[in-house]
Amino acid sequence: MSDIILEGKDLKKYYPIKTGVLRRTTGHVKAVDGVSFELRKGETLGIVGESGCGKSTLGRLLMRLEEPTDGHVFFGGEDMAKASTSQMRKLRRDIQIVFQDPYTSLNPRMTVGDIVGEPFEIHSDVIPKGGRRKRVQELLDLVGLNPEHINRYPHQFSGGQRQRIGIARGIALNPKVLICDEPVSALDVSVQAQVVNLLEKLQNELGLAYVFIAHDLSVVRHISDRVGVMYLGKLVELGEEDQVYEHPTHPYTQALLSAVPVPDPTLRGKRDQIVLVGDVPSPANPPSGCRFHTRCWRAQDVCKAEEPILQDRPDGVTQHRSACHFAEPRTVVERSE
Amino acid sequence: MTDNVRTVVETTEKEPADKDVPRSLFSDAWRELKHRPMFWISLGMILFFVVMAAVPSLFTRGDPTEAILKLGSTPPSSSQWFGRDLQGYDIYTRTIYGARASILVGVFATLLTSAIGVVIGVIAAFYGGILDTIMMRITDIFFAIPFLLGGILFMSSFPNTKDSTYFAVVGKVVLVLSILGWPSIARLMRGSVLQVKPNDYVQAARALGASPWRVIRSHILPNAWAPVIVVSMINLGAFISAEASLSFLGIGLTYPAISWGVAISDALTYIRTAPWMLLFPSLFLSLAVLAFIMLGDVIRDAFDPKTR
Repeated sequence: MSDIILEGKDLKKYYPIKTGVLRRTTGHVKAVDGVSFELRKGETLGIVGESGCGKSTLGRLLMRLEEPTDGHVFFGGEDMAKASTSQMRKLRRDIQIVFQDPYTSLNPRMTVGDIVGEPFEIHSDVIPKGGRRKRVQELLDLVGLNPEHINRYPHQFSGGQRQRIGIARGIALNPKVLICDEPVSALDVSVQAQVVNLLEKLQNELGLAYVFIAHDLSVVRHISDRVGVMYLGKLVELGEEDQVYEHPTHPYTQALLSAVPVPDPTLRGKRDQIVLVGDVPSPANPPSGCRFHTRCWRAQDVCKAEEPILQDRPDGVTQHRSACHFAEPRTVVERSE
Repeated sequence: MTDNVRTVVETTEKEPADKDVPRSLFSDAWRELKHRPMFWISLGMILFFVVMAAVPSLFTRGDPTEAILKLGSTPPSSSQWFGRDLQGYDIYTRTIYGARASILVGVFATLLTSAIGVVIGVIAAFYGGILDTIMMRITDIFFAIPFLLGGILFMSSFPNTKDSTYFAVVGKVVLVLSILGWPSIARLMRGSVLQVKPNDYVQAARALGASPWRVIRSHILPNAWAPVIVVSMINLGAFISAEASLSFLGIGLTYPAISWGVAISDALTYIRTAPWMLLFPSLFLSLAVLAFIMLGDVIRDAFDPKTR
């Protein structure tokens, strides 16, 4: 399996909760709690989940913007946590990130040329000084912006154009992996499509692998080869896009998918929609056993006591990874074709 | 058909988003300032005092150290506009030359407090944790020292001697004002950096492998220093008046420095017999302080979006 480029092994990130005058640690918010997955060269792994489930923290852990409390990230087989400062600098060329909010991800005091050119300033051996401006213009052209706008400031662009600038900065160093942390959630639907199409185009041209973090199930399905579903800091289901969307075996995934609007009025009301009760439990004090048991309609005693592991379970057609003791397929939406 | 939709959408996206959207904080503030008469008045006054401090000979041909004893306590007249003091110094000349000390003290104390405050504030906020706690507690300790009392204590512990040079005398006042004045700037800067730090563009720079120095220099400082500039401007006026207070008490600037504070102090004894001795240096001092505080105020209003 040498085609695996990025691998997370049992990643954990706990944030201490400090209270009182002495700021004693009284507990931990378990933002990411034991996530393992692998990303292959040139593929897109979608990560979905609701707000606060740890998706973005996972992205930051992969970038080593946050140090994991436990677990490892392997990039091309190398443990990122063990990389020295100079090795880390080299690694950063191969793994880059695109942020959610195009309004805060670009420095308002810098021109587009400076923003997209900063990677070359930091890694000054990539391109000699004289060629940088030309390369920046090529990048702008590649992401569909006018190369002549190189001296403009971010506020002179629209949200979609700003996100293109962010993408240009991300791909400037020719990374192998691009982590997209909700890259389209802050954009209008029409602009979302353009940015997603741009990402797909870049993947085809540059052979990038994406970790695509989002909460929009349809966008993730559109772009992803494989999909992971997160709930309360854990991956509950992981498989090929078809497997997860057509044959989900985890009740949480089934509930999520049943909530996706269907653009066919004749099917309205015929769908078997699952409405979950209650709220997401606090990540500071997650439920015992299976974290979903407090809201699951199929929960039994074993779910409270024993934590189900993410492992291959049959989904009716083949099998893919799911973390449910009673994993079984369930037809969520009657398909029209 | 799909192509059609695509082009339509693309043109809407490419539309320049903003004719009215603010360009940047500074250009926005500048547009606001341009239309404020108060800005131009205070700026004009400041320029006037700065020129006076730099080249006093433009305003007077007299010698500030020339004392004509027999002309002592001459009231203002057409030949000597501001009159002469008890020792026969020309008050007009002395007042013009006195600007230099006040402006020097004000400017250098402001520069020094800003430098110390910015460095401490940035380091505390950027690195956080225990370093932040230690630095902020030290700041609190300095913050707790009463400004004037601290100045009096310091200056009377290290008094000027007869052969202190001009720069030693001025430098000492600058030093004491800076030691007591930096904590407010440090706190302000820390708060400002804490606001800028979580922004995604800072994270993006870190993700690219930028060094802490690079992150601070090109991402944090340019976005965090506006409030400090405003407060420093207001502080400048306060430093000038603090210098005058110390000089008035006889422990700030002393001989050989010529200063408004010293002149006011000398004049007080003769307030009944020669009130012009007190009037002119006080007037100039008040105008200078007023000009800097007014400018600071106008700039603060221009930078604060809430007042627009």
